[in-house]
Amino acid sequence: MPLLQAENLTFSYDKKHNVIKNVSLSVEKGEYIAVIGRNGSGKSTLAKLFNGLVKPDSGKLTVDGFDGNDKNSLFEIRKRVGVVFQNPDNQLVASIVEDDVAFGPENLGVPREEIGKRIDFALKAVGMEKFRHSSPTRLSGGQKQRIAIAGVLALMPEILVLDESTAMLDPQGRKEVLDVVEKLNKEKNVTVITITHYMDEVLNADKVFVLSDGEVVLTGTPEEIFKEKDRLKSLGLELPLAAVVADRLKEKGVALPDGILTNEGLAEALCALKAKI
Amino acid sequence: MKEVAFGQYYPAKSFVHNMDARVKILAVIAYIVAVFLVQSFQFMGFAACLLFVLIATAASGVPFGKVLKSIKGILFFIILSAILQVFFNATGNVLVEWGFIKITDKGLLNAAFIVARITLMVIGASLLTLTTSPVELADGIESLLTPLKWLKFPVHEFALIMSIALRFIPTLLDETDRIIKAQKARGADFESGNVFKKAKALIPVLIPLLISSFRRADELADAMDARCYSGSKNRTKYKKMHLTWRDLIGVLVMAGLITGVVYLNITGFLAVVV
Repeated sequence: MPLLQAENLTFSYDKKHNVIKNVSLSVEKGEYIAVIGRNGSGKSTLAKLFNGLVKPDSGKLTVDGFDGNDKNSLFEIRKRVGVVFQNPDNQLVASIVEDDVAFGPENLGVPREEIGKRIDFALKAVGMEKFRHSSPTRLSGGQKQRIAIAGVLALMPEILVLDESTAMLDPQGRKEVLDVVEKLNKEKNVTVITITHYMDEVLNADKVFVLSDGEVVLTGTPEEIFKEKDRLKSLGLELPLAAVVADRLKEKGVALPDGILTNEGLAEALCALKAKI
Repeated sequence: MKEVAFGQYYPAKSFVHNMDARVKILAVIAYIVAVFLVQSFQFMGFAACLLFVLIATAASGVPFGKVLKSIKGILFFIILSAILQVFFNATGNVLVEWGFIKITDKGLLNAAFIVARITLMVIGASLLTLTTSPVELADGIESLLTPLKWLKFPVHEFALIMSIALRFIPTLLDETDRIIKAQKARGADFESGNVFKKAKALIPVLIPLLISSFRRADELADAMDARCYSGSKNRTKYKKMHLTWRDLIGVLVMAGLITGVVYLNITGFLAVVV
């Protein structure tokens, strides 16, 4: 049974225009999932549906066997699905890092000694243990966002949902956060659902869902998705930079292979080409 | 813009820093009461309070200049009340008379008395905020207000609101700064004109600030919900406050000060009556 399963989820804020239409998807334990779509495609609403912040008008959400429509299991779902939001400033509750990380476990009624252990674990997992007694206001955007991730990890979630969590960060901060998330996925087997409009964040994913106008219009591995270039363009999405460069080079007659997506892939192909000449 | 003048937390490890926040809050309240109990003719009382503040400052490891700076914010208020006393207190022996202005010895004495009283009070209060982090302060107040739970007063919520407000002060100051710059870039003028014009010029700063605060509040609420917040029910606390020998010493010193001041008051009162 999948860890998270959505069946025909439909949701509207005003009961007129559906923001999410008939979305069905399933996520297995340990997977790295990317949901992409341009602004207004319903991405963030989907994140809120996943953790029960909003309730679907129809359809069914199941997380680890708990039914999202059952009011009593709301807490169980929130415990299992941790969401990191876009603006790091607006999700930190306390003025000291360790107090903020403690907020989640405190809410769950975790005993004191155990909270201390969880803070150790969470801060170590995001590489911020040195800042335990600092004030978040003095940290950089990437560091703040890592604290926000630690705050969610302290709840010991099964699934980490990143709702455009890198959108407000500079390239350095984005890299910090993405590295931490990838490490969590690989080493701690945390299931990750990253919701983004940055195409290059999709490349590491096991599975990609393309969302447009509240509907899942494409599903597949990154390679499969990026093959549908024209489809993506018509949805207002851009290919990763390396793929665009490779395409343009091919147009100019450079004999590059198909399916180049990453900078490394492009570099390799170009080197191979040079070796041939 | 980032520096809030009045008693911003001064991180350090010291005797006073390590005291229990609850004891410090109660001590400051007792101290302020003591300062107010001292009558104008009892210089001994003020000397006792001053001595207390000096000892407390020395034990707090906060540089003396930093403590004195806390008066800066209300300097205007202190000077104003001194001037009012000097010029408009008509009792006592007249020293200088100039038109309708009379300066009397009692007026001067009262002015000095008021300056001493306010200064001592502010220094004592800022010593609390200088040595106690906002979180400790909020926790301390929550703990002290706990008996009010019995009257159905939402103590936990009150403390949470307070600590979140403190947490967002620097964020909102940053934002104000950004909005002011953005409006300046659009040609807004905040410097020229009289007080009213300047106040009016701030409207284009306050409205965006207000709107963004609501947005922030909304997002924060979502983030708190997402982290399983559901009020004070079944909630545990990571930080536990406990009393140590430092607090005992603090309480004893405080008790000494209060006793001294009350003793001076009673003997002073008896001297006047008898």
